[in-house]
Amino acid sequence: MIDFPLLTTIVLLPAAGALLVALVPRRRADLAKVLGVAVSVGTAVLAVVALVHFKTNADYQFVSQHVWIKEWGISWKLGLDGISLFLVLLTGLLFPVALLGPKVHHDTKAYVAWLLLLEAGCMGVFLALDLFLFFIVWEVVLVPMYFLIGGWGYEKRVYAALKFFLYTMAGSGLMLVGILALAFLHQAHFGHLTFDLQTLAREQSFAHSTGRWLFLAFAISFAIKVPVFPLHTWLPDAHTEAPTAGSVILAGVLLKLGTYGFLRFGLELFPIAAHDLAPVLLTLGVVGILYGALVATVQKDLKRLVAYSSVAHLGFIVLGTFAFTTQGLEGGVLQMVNHGVSTGALFLLVGWIYERRHTREIAELGGLQKVAPVFAGVFMVVMLSSIGLPGLNGFVGEFLVLIGSFVSRRWWAVPATAGVILAALYLLWAYQRVFHGEPEGENATFPEMTWKERGVMLPLVAAIVFMGVYPRPVLDRIEPAVKRLVQHVHDANGTHEPGPAAAAGGGNP
Amino acid sequence: MPLELPRVEWATILPETILVVGAMLILLGGALLRRRLPAWVWTVASIIIAAGAMVSAWDLWRRVSHNHQGGAHTAIANAVVVDGFSVYFALLTCGAVILAALMADSYLRRERLNAPEFHVLMLLSASGALLMAAANDLIVIFLGLEVLSIALYVLAGFAQRRAVSREAAMKYFVLGAFSSAIFLYGVALAYGATGSTNLGEIAAFLRASVSTHAVLLGAFAFLIVGLGFKIAAVPFHMWTPDVYQGSPTPVTGFMAAVAKAAGFAALLRIFFSTFGTHRLDWQPLIWALAVLSILVGSVLAVVQTDVKRMLAYSSISHAGYILIGLQAATVRGLAGSLFYLLAYTFMVLGSFGIVTLVARDGDARTGLDAYRGLGQRRPGLALVFTVLLLAQAGVPLTSGFLAKFYVISAAVEAHSYALAIIAMLAAVIAAFFYLRVIVVMYMAGDEADTADADPIRVPFGAGLSLAVSVVATVIIGTILAGPAFDFARHASILRL
Repeated sequence: MIDFPLLTTIVLLPAAGALLVALVPRRRADLAKVLGVAVSVGTAVLAVVALVHFKTNADYQFVSQHVWIKEWGISWKLGLDGISLFLVLLTGLLFPVALLGPKVHHDTKAYVAWLLLLEAGCMGVFLALDLFLFFIVWEVVLVPMYFLIGGWGYEKRVYAALKFFLYTMAGSGLMLVGILALAFLHQAHFGHLTFDLQTLAREQSFAHSTGRWLFLAFAISFAIKVPVFPLHTWLPDAHTEAPTAGSVILAGVLLKLGTYGFLRFGLELFPIAAHDLAPVLLTLGVVGILYGALVATVQKDLKRLVAYSSVAHLGFIVLGTFAFTTQGLEGGVLQMVNHGVSTGALFLLVGWIYERRHTREIAELGGLQKVAPVFAGVFMVVMLSSIGLPGLNGFVGEFLVLIGSFVSRRWWAVPATAGVILAALYLLWAYQRVFHGEPEGENATFPEMTWKERGVMLPLVAAIVFMGVYPRPVLDRIEPAVKRLVQHVHDANGTHEPGPAAAAGGGNP
Repeated sequence: MPLELPRVEWATILPETILVVGAMLILLGGALLRRRLPAWVWTVASIIIAAGAMVSAWDLWRRVSHNHQGGAHTAIANAVVVDGFSVYFALLTCGAVILAALMADSYLRRERLNAPEFHVLMLLSASGALLMAAANDLIVIFLGLEVLSIALYVLAGFAQRRAVSREAAMKYFVLGAFSSAIFLYGVALAYGATGSTNLGEIAAFLRASVSTHAVLLGAFAFLIVGLGFKIAAVPFHMWTPDVYQGSPTPVTGFMAAVAKAAGFAALLRIFFSTFGTHRLDWQPLIWALAVLSILVGSVLAVVQTDVKRMLAYSSISHAGYILIGLQAATVRGLAGSLFYLLAYTFMVLGSFGIVTLVARDGDARTGLDAYRGLGQRRPGLALVFTVLLLAQAGVPLTSGFLAKFYVISAAVEAHSYALAIIAMLAAVIAAFFYLRVIVVMYMAGDEADTADADPIRVPFGAGLSLAVSVVATVIIGTILAGPAFDFARHASILRL
């Protein structure tokens, strides 16, 4: 253990950076950007420090706790376990990429400041262990994203930003009532008011039916964020209209807030209700997988296609989460990271195509492979990872989800498999239309990937390959926390985890 | 028969006295001085008086919060009560006076209005608000209500040259007088039902008799109607949009902050503590008022194109949220309502301060169009407004969020889940119209050419007032969240 408020620094460093950038004079856009990159890289380094000092067990580590509003039992409590570790790393990786990758057309200073504030919020969500604090950071994330979409997005940006904000806020309103009800029920039973996650998870104090209502209040909020079909309609608009960096962060990090919420708060606090309502969420997850894939297939806009592919991919994570098996959950967590890396990279590439050609219409593109082979190659690798080609990261995650859910939830796992095939259909077809053939008109002068862009892409592609070839170090660190969570759910329900489908797992009590 | 006069403990009504005497001195000075003094002199005088009242209130606060030095007590033949609650409102009101005076300073010069009279009326009105919060007798509450209101009727029409201002004053006066009469009728019925107008005696009577007489129910209804008008709760809100829009903007801010706070002071004291034993009879009424205010206020605000009018509707929905705390009828609810009023005072004064500056000459430009491109033209001003609007929408890290959090938690604790859910979903509707203003300021393209002929100026006083509002809004929502809530909680200790 290191003797330094590591997690607090991870949250507060970007926030302080945002303030600092806001103080930079307006004309010094370059300085603002340098400062932004420096702060986000610094945060990433801190995340790596956390990885290095991380001990492979199921406990929360680097916990820092300070009383905030004593009267209400509210404290600033942060902690990290195997589930949040890699999401924090993902956040640390994607923000410098999002800052460096796309060009900013105006008002760089405000743009950088909002991005840094967003990073602080996202880190806070992944680290918060106090429900009140969690709610605060959960809501704080909305504001910078709203301004990023509304201020730097494309034609329908104002509409998309508003839709994003209102949708999420409606969900979180219900969650707030849920959080309060949970805390007060706990107080009525145990005599002290607290918002501490671990205490509330340990000391369950509500009736079976009450638990369902509470879970529902949380679940609707998370489902909107994920998004789970049919609450997904804000996503295509927000993703398509957001500036490239916004899309990268939206897909890469923000969607994970919802799936992470299900894991950390949904399963932890309401294991019985989650078990009861799992069929509903599994069904919606599978519908999302198939629906997202089908709708993605018919998109004319490349960015919208990637956006719908997110709906499909996130369905897999929901499937893995509610399978309640170690493998399924592990796959779900891994898939969160995978999706963040590969879809983030895809959005970045689509953004670069737009910067060069000023269009995202698939029909207007073509033959880019001839003029920009490196660009096409990178796109190919990222796309294949998104499809789930063995040897790349996407495969490991989806495979674990499918085998994990097959042993416990066969009838949902089988149709979900079709999603993998559909992903190949829409992505390969899109790739074929955009990159194959002869380049005509403006496509013939499509510039090759610059060295800076290659530099930005490098860590993402490296992560894709590494996690595909050798996922063990990642899975090893995720596993204890996931095992504990699965055990927690099964203990509460008096059930047992079905034996793993592959020989790797070992026996369960 | 010789009338026996009660002993007057002047120390207990020192804040009110300072305000009234100060107002008289300004009035005399304005009338007798041969040479016209510059407007800022009156502003400074007004601020000093309000600050003096604040200091004396703070002294009372120290005495109240340290029980061994006296604690909460009644005075002047039990007509006035000194407790955390009354002192809290005194501090809040005086703070609002200072902010409004700073804002009004440049406004009065810009509109060429008579400065001394404005400050006199504002101070008198504030003294009425203080009296309402400190009253321990329905008659004294009525007295405070009238002092508050009559000064406000005049202030609403202070920009005599503008027809809308005169119209606002007329409307406010007619409807206000009507509601005062209803309140007075409620007082009469309460007297009829309980045999006293003294809150302590009423409470004692009600504790002894559990049954509810129809006359008492009538008293509840009439008192709620009378005070519902002051706090602008639906369905007694009809005057609000017109009066808020027509009044001079600094007056609107003052009215929205102080008149509402005073109305709530009376409402909370009468119902929470005096009629607390009969809460089952009045809670449904408050529930309905809260839901209606929140929903009607939010929905109608959405369709407004005038920012001043939109803020009027938003203040109606805020009244609904504050009522949630009363509906819960718990100490936590009361503390939540008080905290909400604290946060609301800064948010609303700051917001109307921005409107004052953007409206420019003649208080004319209050439409949404006037804010187009403000993010480019006046980034600082736009940022301040953005923070205040987000706070009103209840976004975390602002006082507005904690305010909503506290009242909603009171509702949840009291098992009013439906009310809590309705309130949170209505907050989404409300967020829509706050965001609409932000969209116009930042995302509506550069069409600022028409406005450049008459640039928006931020005079020192107004800037200071805005800075205080926005800083208070942020720090109460973050680092001072604990102490601010403690402040409100101490104030929720009522003495009968």
